[in-house]
Amino acid sequence: MRFLDEYRDPAAAEQLRQLIARTATRPWTLMEICGGQSHTIIKYGLDELLPRQISLVHGPGCPVCVTPVEQIDKAIRLASRPDTIFCSFGDMLRVPGTTRDLLSVKAAGGDVRVVYSPLDCLKIAAENPQRTIVFFAVGFETTAPANAMAVWQAKRRRLTNFAVLVSHVLVPPAMSALLSSPARRIQGFLAAGHVCAVMGYEEYEPLAERFRVPIVVTGFEPLDLLEGIFRCVTMLEEGRIGVENQYARVVSREGNRQARELLSEVFEITDRKWRGIGVIPQSGFRLRPTYADFDAELRFPDSAADVPESSLCISGQILQGLKKPPECPAFRTLCTPQSPLGATMVSSEGACAAYYQYGRLQAREELSRA
Amino acid sequence: MPDVDLQALTCPAPRTEHAQVLLGHGSGGRMTADLIRRTFLPHLGNEFLAALEDQATLRLDGFSGSQRLAFTTDSFVVRPIFFPGGDIGRLAVHGTVNDLAVGGARPLFLAAAFILEEGLRLADLERIAASMRAACDEAGVCLVTADTKVVDRGKGDQIFITTTGIGLVPEGCRLSIHAARPGDRILVSGTIGDHGIAILSVREGLEFETVLESDSAPLCGLVQTLLAAGLAIRAMRDPTRGGLSSALHELAEASRVGVKLSEPAIPLRSEVRAACEMLGLDPLYVASEGRLIAVVAQPDAERALTVMQSHPLGRNAAIIGEVVDQHPCLVTIRSPLSTERIVPMLAGEQLPRIC
Repeated sequence: MRFLDEYRDPAAAEQLRQLIARTATRPWTLMEICGGQSHTIIKYGLDELLPRQISLVHGPGCPVCVTPVEQIDKAIRLASRPDTIFCSFGDMLRVPGTTRDLLSVKAAGGDVRVVYSPLDCLKIAAENPQRTIVFFAVGFETTAPANAMAVWQAKRRRLTNFAVLVSHVLVPPAMSALLSSPARRIQGFLAAGHVCAVMGYEEYEPLAERFRVPIVVTGFEPLDLLEGIFRCVTMLEEGRIGVENQYARVVSREGNRQARELLSEVFEITDRKWRGIGVIPQSGFRLRPTYADFDAELRFPDSAADVPESSLCISGQILQGLKKPPECPAFRTLCTPQSPLGATMVSSEGACAAYYQYGRLQAREELSRA
Repeated sequence: MPDVDLQALTCPAPRTEHAQVLLGHGSGGRMTADLIRRTFLPHLGNEFLAALEDQATLRLDGFSGSQRLAFTTDSFVVRPIFFPGGDIGRLAVHGTVNDLAVGGARPLFLAAAFILEEGLRLADLERIAASMRAACDEAGVCLVTADTKVVDRGKGDQIFITTTGIGLVPEGCRLSIHAARPGDRILVSGTIGDHGIAILSVREGLEFETVLESDSAPLCGLVQTLLAAGLAIRAMRDPTRGGLSSALHELAEASRVGVKLSEPAIPLRSEVRAACEMLGLDPLYVASEGRLIAVVAQPDAERALTVMQSHPLGRNAAIIGEVVDQHPCLVTIRSPLSTERIVPMLAGEQLPRIC
């Protein structure tokens, strides 16, 4: 298939593998930011192909995984209202809230629908004037423009029965938080190609300077990742810092200007809590006051207290790249995709789910021997 | 970094067991298997049900010869009821015929039960009935008894059909998902996932350059051709709900063997692949309704492939993997980059990824 097969070619992958092996003279730890990248790495076993000195840690770039439990609980309460049609991307339905998930709300009679685009909600709103349509606007900078577009169009069309529950988060503040952590062990980053397709990579340049790290904007196919790793390792070996762009067929330095304009028209920056990490200042979007009519949190005020996160699950450490999923005592035993303890097991982009789905025999055998 | 104790970071407590049926219980994956094992088998289990084959094969007192009776039932709730390449009626015939066929049986008679929702257009019902008749003729079965019920508007989804079928398994034919042995080869009769993606693309309004049609088809002809060739066939399955993955997991578990697949060998239409890439679905879990999986002893595998490919329903057949004695009950797959990973059983519904 065009535009896919050329980025999955075994011979080219082998060449890149050899280049990486020749370039790396000592151990390096890289983090791929995006859950989609973790998915490819585990699915294609790229970490198995790499020389032993290169270790990859999986970053917090899975929107499902970092949405705080308070927002999930809010979504569950909204979806349970009889006058509401609650729309969401499919992934979010299985994320456990404090006591249940959105799938259970649906089974109990709530009108919970999977949509592929937030714009579908506007159609549902127009068809159901007596009911309120709430869309769960989660995700990074990647999903934000389409979600902003839905709100912008709703305002233009004077739709009064549409609202969004916003839980948008941003990559650079999370990277900054990870790099400021005393437990930091990441030496280089593969930045998320699709996020940069929207935002460009200008905003990563000061991060690279401040924390003295190389950052390579990287795509999602196996060869993209191998090339991103190669470039990042080369920068580390040569002692270079800064931002390089592996994903130039999609990403430019300034990003998508129209999408960025739409984002700043509809959203403003706010503090956000990240599941497993805590509140990161200035790390998310909320609706601007001019769009307050579409803010589900303002329309349906809800005084939920912070939910303490404590139990067996170590997804906080996994989201920060401090541990790998098989190091969790609950992995594969108490925690599986059909009964996830934590969000990293829920989304196919979550690191735990990726390990579960595509877990290597080698890892399994090591575990069973342990 | 916010001032937090990294070691203390955890996730919320696990959800309690489901007190209600979720859609995932019908996905054909792990949740369905759990429902059968935990809810149905404790009450209804017996030696026939416990075999968990697609059909029960029975010996009846007074029944002549050494032929066994094959008996199965299946319900059809597909939405939309008309889709490219078929409709709910055709599917209802094929589904039951195929469940008989994969046990080696020649399907003979069907029963059908119709649950109709008040308001269903009679013209649509007639179209479905005509389509069922054509499908029965094609498969060489006779629909001999039926029942109709009507429910209030809103209490059904236009039409649900349950079909039940009986057939005869010839003497000496012993196909079973318990019979796979290390070294056996795994064949599939064509591209996988066409049905699931055809349905999804109509439901979600996805468009491709060509119209993707469901693969819904009666497999009894293909099965009979294979059986007549005198091949050492151990087991057959049709990869419906839960796709190739569920069918092979059931085989691996029942035979206590491992299954090793080769990803590049699995036939896949480019439209199906594109849709799966776009929606974040894995084709290994997407349903087919007219594809056959055959487990064949290694010496006969190439010949079985030739026989399959000479049949109109098996033109794209391929050998996609083998049965191994390592990792019993586990299905693994070798990627195009020659790395190997585990194919887990589908958890619940396959949920489209966010991005």
